[in-house]
Amino acid sequence: MTSVAIDTTGKAATVSSPAAPVRQRTSRDDILMRVMLAVLTLWLIVTVLLPLGALLIKAGEGPKGEFVGLANFVQYFSNPALTASISNSILIALVSTVICVLLSFIFAYGLTRTCMPGRGVFKLVSQIPLLAPSLLPAISLVYLFGNQGIAKGALFGASIYGPIGIVIGEVFWTFPHALIIMTTALATSDARLYEAAESLKASAWRTFWTVTIPGARYGLISATFVVFTLVITDFGVPKVIGGQYNVLATDVYKQVVGQQNFRMGAVVGLLLLFPAVLSFFVDQWVQRKQSAALSARAVPYQPKPDTATDTFAFVACGLISLIVLVIIGMAFFASLATLWPYNLTPSLKNYDFDNMDGGGWESFFNSLRMAGYTAVFGTAIVFAGAYLVEKTKGFSFGRLLFQMLALLPLAVPGIVLGLGYIFFFNAPSNPFNFIYGTMSILVICSVAHFYSVAHLTAVTALKQLDQEIETVSASLRVAFYRTFLRVTLPVCLPAVLDIAMYLFVNALTTVSAVVFLYSPQTTLASIAVLNMDDAGDVAPAAAMAMTIFFAATIVRVLYTLLAKGALARTQAWRHR
Amino acid sequence: MLRQILGIAALSLFATAAQAQELTVYTALEADQVKAYQASFEKANPGTKVRWVRDSTGIVTAKLLAEKANPQADVVFGLAATSLMLLDKEGMLQAYAPQGLDKIKKTMRDPADPPKWVGMDIWASAICFNTVEAQKKKAATPVSWADLTKPECKGQIAMPNPASSGTGYLMVSGWLQMMGEEAGWKFMDGLHQNIASYTHSGSKPCRQAAAGEYVVGLSFEYRANKTKKDGAPIEAILPKEGLGWDMEAAAITSTTKKTDAARKLLDWSLSEGANKLYAENFAIVALPGIQAKLENIQGDVEQMLAKNDFQWAAANRDRILAEWTKRYDGKSEAK
Repeated sequence: MTSVAIDTTGKAATVSSPAAPVRQRTSRDDILMRVMLAVLTLWLIVTVLLPLGALLIKAGEGPKGEFVGLANFVQYFSNPALTASISNSILIALVSTVICVLLSFIFAYGLTRTCMPGRGVFKLVSQIPLLAPSLLPAISLVYLFGNQGIAKGALFGASIYGPIGIVIGEVFWTFPHALIIMTTALATSDARLYEAAESLKASAWRTFWTVTIPGARYGLISATFVVFTLVITDFGVPKVIGGQYNVLATDVYKQVVGQQNFRMGAVVGLLLLFPAVLSFFVDQWVQRKQSAALSARAVPYQPKPDTATDTFAFVACGLISLIVLVIIGMAFFASLATLWPYNLTPSLKNYDFDNMDGGGWESFFNSLRMAGYTAVFGTAIVFAGAYLVEKTKGFSFGRLLFQMLALLPLAVPGIVLGLGYIFFFNAPSNPFNFIYGTMSILVICSVAHFYSVAHLTAVTALKQLDQEIETVSASLRVAFYRTFLRVTLPVCLPAVLDIAMYLFVNALTTVSAVVFLYSPQTTLASIAVLNMDDAGDVAPAAAMAMTIFFAATIVRVLYTLLAKGALARTQAWRHR
Repeated sequence: MLRQILGIAALSLFATAAQAQELTVYTALEADQVKAYQASFEKANPGTKVRWVRDSTGIVTAKLLAEKANPQADVVFGLAATSLMLLDKEGMLQAYAPQGLDKIKKTMRDPADPPKWVGMDIWASAICFNTVEAQKKKAATPVSWADLTKPECKGQIAMPNPASSGTGYLMVSGWLQMMGEEAGWKFMDGLHQNIASYTHSGSKPCRQAAAGEYVVGLSFEYRANKTKKDGAPIEAILPKEGLGWDMEAAAITSTTKKTDAARKLLDWSLSEGANKLYAENFAIVALPGIQAKLENIQGDVEQMLAKNDFQWAAANRDRILAEWTKRYDGKSEAK
């Protein structure tokens, strides 16, 4: 996912005096910072790099643990039932990507380039899918378009179980991700180009194709790859609504959980790594291009009211928002029905999780704890890492290594990371073996899984701060950690809270990595949704998914209120 | 923060150590059954707690086999006898003669002395048939397995995948033994034409039939009885050719460090109280003379059980599942 690097004014750069070599000696602060950076680098190596290595080794192992080279891959590719999943996955991902990017473009266009009413509401609604596990839209689709679905006729006899259902579910789930990227791409646009187009008397249509689209092209490319990767690596949606239509992500799950065939799981997992890694490099390339695209003299574009465009955008955004609300609403409605579809009397029977698969209400509280720990420890690690990598002087090799490791999780699908964790941490020879099956491994894995976006957010916030602060405190002989606690941290509070929120919500809703790592003591709510659906308890599965959704929503609202108070105190300096 | 992370790690370690008398029990029992069993056992044996690891039969079996090098389970409780026989062959079970062994039916235990596993109850296949949807579609009530291959059932049947579900496997094994291998596979070819979905668990087809998602769900008598009791418009049908069945059984793993607590659980399993609880869910239980209470099942389950050679079903499990997977799994897309 992208982050926007907001540049500081650039005035500070002229102040430094390169001539006088004041102090070449590395100070005690410098040494301390380097040591801490090295420790965090080690942390990322253990929690990201080594598990991936373990996965790679496993894919080349025979049944007795001997090295067999590519034999597992040969076996995989000679099984047509398995390889069919490759084309299925690619097809699903392509179709979902086209639809999702198109819809998110229209929506983002409405939000940033028109004066349609209700933009604030639309923006809120569009973020709803982030607060639910990907299983939720799939379950909702069963109730909407299944054989007893209330809108079954809309499919003209086609079945929702299979490609159609997967695509709809994936578009719902990836929509906010694409929208964030498209909104950013469309928001940063140079008004002077539009003025030029206007004075050249170009038609609106021509302006759209020659100014708007080229301006947003990096956003389009980035969104395309991000959505493609999310879809091809997601297994929540196809697991619930895929029917007998196999895709790569569900194959990993079936091989590992269903048949306990870990080697074949590793092979399929490595296949999933390809699109993700490709997407990662494209995104990196786009990031560089995009920041260069907007010159310092650009004038921000301000939309002017235009009845036709505004009406069209309002209708389109309204429809998309309606669909989002219907999908959430349907799951909620079904979770309250006593016996779908014969007895629709509202009851809380389906919320009686203790008599069902998945670990009952305990799973929900485990999930809250897990998400809480992930938010607290994750934010501490991520922010400390970002601070050290930004502020450590010299040590360029160490900083580069850390930077690369911090971005690596962006290219690793959760399901692949989780699998790597089994191989790495469950090995009896691993000294960290004791965390296997505990809450700690879930927290550590979730921090690693969502590391990159959090790291980029922290780095962006730190880059906004003037380097002078450190220089001044160093000359006043204030220890760097004191500056960090007294100045840097309070000033960066909005970013810190954003990171914590991001980690919390993602840890609460994720299924992919933790599905391989939970134990009977640490069952999780999102996995309970999966297990209840497997056992045929679809309505309780919907109920648990809604419980997660409400928890995420409540925390989100509380966060907004709290943040307002905290920010008013620490961010007053921003408003002069 | 590193210290804090290690802190949680240490804390969770401590938490597991504090509950030393906790048995890790692998089971394929239904989630809505285990609560009552657990409560009764823990009441009779204060200080011993049960921690369930629950999944479908095939998954639990695969998990146990996969963990052979680093076993986690103390007791396997409520797993198909055919699966336990597989584990026994791998040397993963330890022999124990629980209290009251002489009282239970001779057929419901491992013949070895002392036995490696003891039976709890028998569970048998049943059809969940949605009468409301059948009326809408004017479908006749099936009375036999053969009825399910008729063209009017096309796309109306859900069946558990035998690779993951014990209920699925006992059906397939039952058909092959009842009809003979050749006719059995031919019957399944015909059935496959009508199947809308192969599910992960043995309960799901019945619940899907209950929700009207499909008209017919191939399932087992406990789920049929319970689902009907919950108010679903279904009929529980025992097909006239006979029922495939398997035995739920319990065993102690050879690697457990909590042998005493594990033995308590097996002793409890043979007690009258436990068998009364089993009888609320199943027609046939290990202890003779206990009356089952399945009000929604018409017909005598015990009489209708097909001839079942456990040794054969266990020994041929891999071969049958491989053949089944080759024929039916992944071949079809969703219809």
